[in-house]
Amino acid sequence: MPEVVTFLEQFQPSAEIVARFPDLHPSLDRQAAIPEANRCLFCFDAPCMVACPTHIDVPRFIKKIASGNLAGSAKTILESNVLASSCSRACPVTVLCEGACVMNHYNKQPIQIGMLQRYAMDAFHASGAPLPYALPPETGKAVALIGAGPASLACAAELRRHGIAATIYDARPMPGGLNTYGIAEYKLPLAESLREIDLIAQLGVSFEFNTQVDAAKLAELEATHDAVFLGMGLGAIHRLGLANEQMPGVTNALDYIEGYKTGAILTAPASVAVVGAGNTAIDAANAAVRLGATDVTMIYRRGPEQMSAFDFEYEHAKQEGVQFLWHVQPTAIVGEDKVEGLTLSMLEASADGSLIPIAGSEFTLPVDLIVLAIGQATHTAFLTEQGTVKTERGRILIDRATGQTSNPRYFAGGDCTNGGREVVDAVADGKRAGIGIAASLKSMGESAPA
Amino acid sequence: MPTLENTFAGIKCLNPFWLASAPPTNCGEQIMRAFDAGWGGAVWKTIGDPVTNVSSRYSSIDWAGQRMMGFNNIELISDRPIETNLREIAEAKRRYPKHAVIASLMVESKREVWHDMVKRAEEAGADGLELNFGCPHGMSERGMGSAVGQVPEYCEQISYWVKEVARTPVIVKLTPNITDIRMSARAAKRAGADALSAINTINSITGIDLDTFTPNPNVDGKSSHGGYCGPAVKPIALNMVQQIQSDALSVLPLSGIGGIGSWRDAAEFILLGCGNVQVCTAAMHYGYRIVEDMADGLLEWMASKGFETIEDFRGLSLPNVKEWKQLNINSRIVANIHADKCIGCQLCYTACWDGAHQCIHVDRTEGGLDQPVLGTDPRYAQHEANPHGKPTPAQVIGLSNKSVTMTPIPKLDLGGVGSGSGGTPLSRIPRVDVDECVGCNLCSLVCPVPDCITMDKVETGLPPQSWEERVASRAATAQ
Repeated sequence: MPEVVTFLEQFQPSAEIVARFPDLHPSLDRQAAIPEANRCLFCFDAPCMVACPTHIDVPRFIKKIASGNLAGSAKTILESNVLASSCSRACPVTVLCEGACVMNHYNKQPIQIGMLQRYAMDAFHASGAPLPYALPPETGKAVALIGAGPASLACAAELRRHGIAATIYDARPMPGGLNTYGIAEYKLPLAESLREIDLIAQLGVSFEFNTQVDAAKLAELEATHDAVFLGMGLGAIHRLGLANEQMPGVTNALDYIEGYKTGAILTAPASVAVVGAGNTAIDAANAAVRLGATDVTMIYRRGPEQMSAFDFEYEHAKQEGVQFLWHVQPTAIVGEDKVEGLTLSMLEASADGSLIPIAGSEFTLPVDLIVLAIGQATHTAFLTEQGTVKTERGRILIDRATGQTSNPRYFAGGDCTNGGREVVDAVADGKRAGIGIAASLKSMGESAPA
Repeated sequence: MPTLENTFAGIKCLNPFWLASAPPTNCGEQIMRAFDAGWGGAVWKTIGDPVTNVSSRYSSIDWAGQRMMGFNNIELISDRPIETNLREIAEAKRRYPKHAVIASLMVESKREVWHDMVKRAEEAGADGLELNFGCPHGMSERGMGSAVGQVPEYCEQISYWVKEVARTPVIVKLTPNITDIRMSARAAKRAGADALSAINTINSITGIDLDTFTPNPNVDGKSSHGGYCGPAVKPIALNMVQQIQSDALSVLPLSGIGGIGSWRDAAEFILLGCGNVQVCTAAMHYGYRIVEDMADGLLEWMASKGFETIEDFRGLSLPNVKEWKQLNINSRIVANIHADKCIGCQLCYTACWDGAHQCIHVDRTEGGLDQPVLGTDPRYAQHEANPHGKPTPAQVIGLSNKSVTMTPIPKLDLGGVGSGSGGTPLSRIPRVDVDECVGCNLCSLVCPVPDCITMDKVETGLPPQSWEERVASRAATAQ
């Protein structure tokens, strides 16, 4: 039997990046975890469990921490969420489980559910145990999954739990999608993402890397598999549409985050402008600070009330030293052969609510690097050209309970269906689709002529 | 201003807080520091032929993150020479003449040995004597401690010997490791004891190390049963105190012991008739300084209730403890969930379904509040679980698991399930089916929010009647 080389062994994170991006929130130790676990009221039909897109039985896993049953705690979590480790780090818990905690109604701090989940999952990973799933005999069915992000990974794990072969195709060399490439290192280290995916690979999930799936490849996969899961996420980040946008010194937030996480970018120039005010924009701005930029400015055409970043992300950016320019819009990129400045125009709201530039308000911010974070385009053209599945504004339409698309052999989940939400939403989608595919293949098998 | 000064069995005290005979009263140096901290008296660590102790000696029960909910020891009586203890008693009394120093004694069960010990302790200046008939470990194997306390005849015999020569008040300390504590209390009273103290520690094995399979405390790989004390034993102690104080053949001035750590605990023991209280575990946990709030808190409470002295409220709760057969079975209370305080944990719901009478439902948004109340007294009308066919807990969970939830995007998905601000959603607030409620208290006990679930009186229109009276009236009717 050939020696298995794990993803973690293949892709060593850069030591410098690891040092510059230490955990934003250090793990709980036993002395902190046990009292926190004991603080949980053990609600019935707990609101935290309902608020979790994957419906982790939160009180159950927390009480297992309290009782010292860490293995059982991790199993409880993994029963609902195969990417529990990355979710415990990347989830915006204040708007999910912790936001739903009844303690919020009691003038008390909500239970630190995310930190407790991470405590249980860290112990699980330290134990070296495999995923606690009993794999049934192979059914002989096979599914191709497009994209190696959280949605496909969760779907593949679910398929293996139903005895269905799963092969994941991805254009990049590493699995994990945004989990590996796109989440701030201080929230979810690249190594943590890979460590978690190594366990999914152990379930017998196959990976085909460096494989771009276009319409032709998709047709080939459809012909050779019983079903296809679409989990390729979103496309490239939008561009401003200004002259000089191809100039060195203009990049986008996803490339920037990927660049430093993979060790390709180790420093930042002195002045950085980040255009946009979403969560990814904040990750990019904070990264620029940690990579050595002295002036990092976020540029947003509306005010802080309208920014799409979570409040806690905004607060974090302010603490990192990021500055904000509100109600401004880029009108020109200044520079000879590399970026030297970004010209901005101040905006005001017109009577109908649309934003219009204030005449004569233009000014140029001297910057060395412009990072665009103004939303991602969709990546579904290769599907719609052939009429493979129905989409709406570029998003694949699915039945939310099963993940099934307009084409019964195609299922989908994650950002390519919801326009871009959280890792945990992709995991929930993938899990439901996995169950949906298994049910669909089973019923087809039953109805097939003998 | 109320005062804590009191007299216990003829011993004048600055306050009713004594340190029990235990490690905190091992030597004069400790006891004098305790007096400085505010303790009114101390019962010296039991004096007798010096012993050799083992290590380790203590173990404890932690509960829900709280340390030392229950405490256990296998330490024996004093390991110091009798002369040393007596010399230090004399010194403590000389330097703290207003404080009570009680000599706890335990010697061989021989009349002349006890006579000698009593005389020496009194000559040293002890204000009183406490006879340790309660120690449940080690000493009992040598025919002392609870080996005496568990046999009323021995207890009576030795108490009698002591009373033959004692000039100071004699307090007999009782063991709880007996079927009916009144038997040994009566024996002590028959022998002429001046007072009792109760309870000593309870036989216990606090727990077993799941790696070594050896119980705690571990003495070179083995353990032995110890004596249990601390907050966990207070209810047992209160019950035994009540038994003694309600029994005419037992009742004597009683020094209450068992899980006392605050002024509230002390007030409860005194309300059941204790003349003072003794403390050990709480002082071992937090130090002598705890007596400051015990005194301060008790004085504040006494002032708020209009009590001037300990005697003003001593025993006030005794008339409120009845036998079950004397309780009014026609009195009815039902649970009332105050929606404005409810945080939606639904612990009352699961407790009522699994542990009580299935009369709490989560149906406020499904017309549950419109359910007619039939006005029957459920204790007699209902014997069927869930007569209205309400969803079971498993069905409720099943519905939740089927729900599709997504992470709310700020400014887009306001009011998502994760948004904890605002009040508790009505759908999370349980409702009591008043008609079905048996008034058991369970929901109000599990509810984490004070005053969120109250048990409210409901008029039954029936005159008060006890079970005893009902049986008597039935018998009369039958005749």
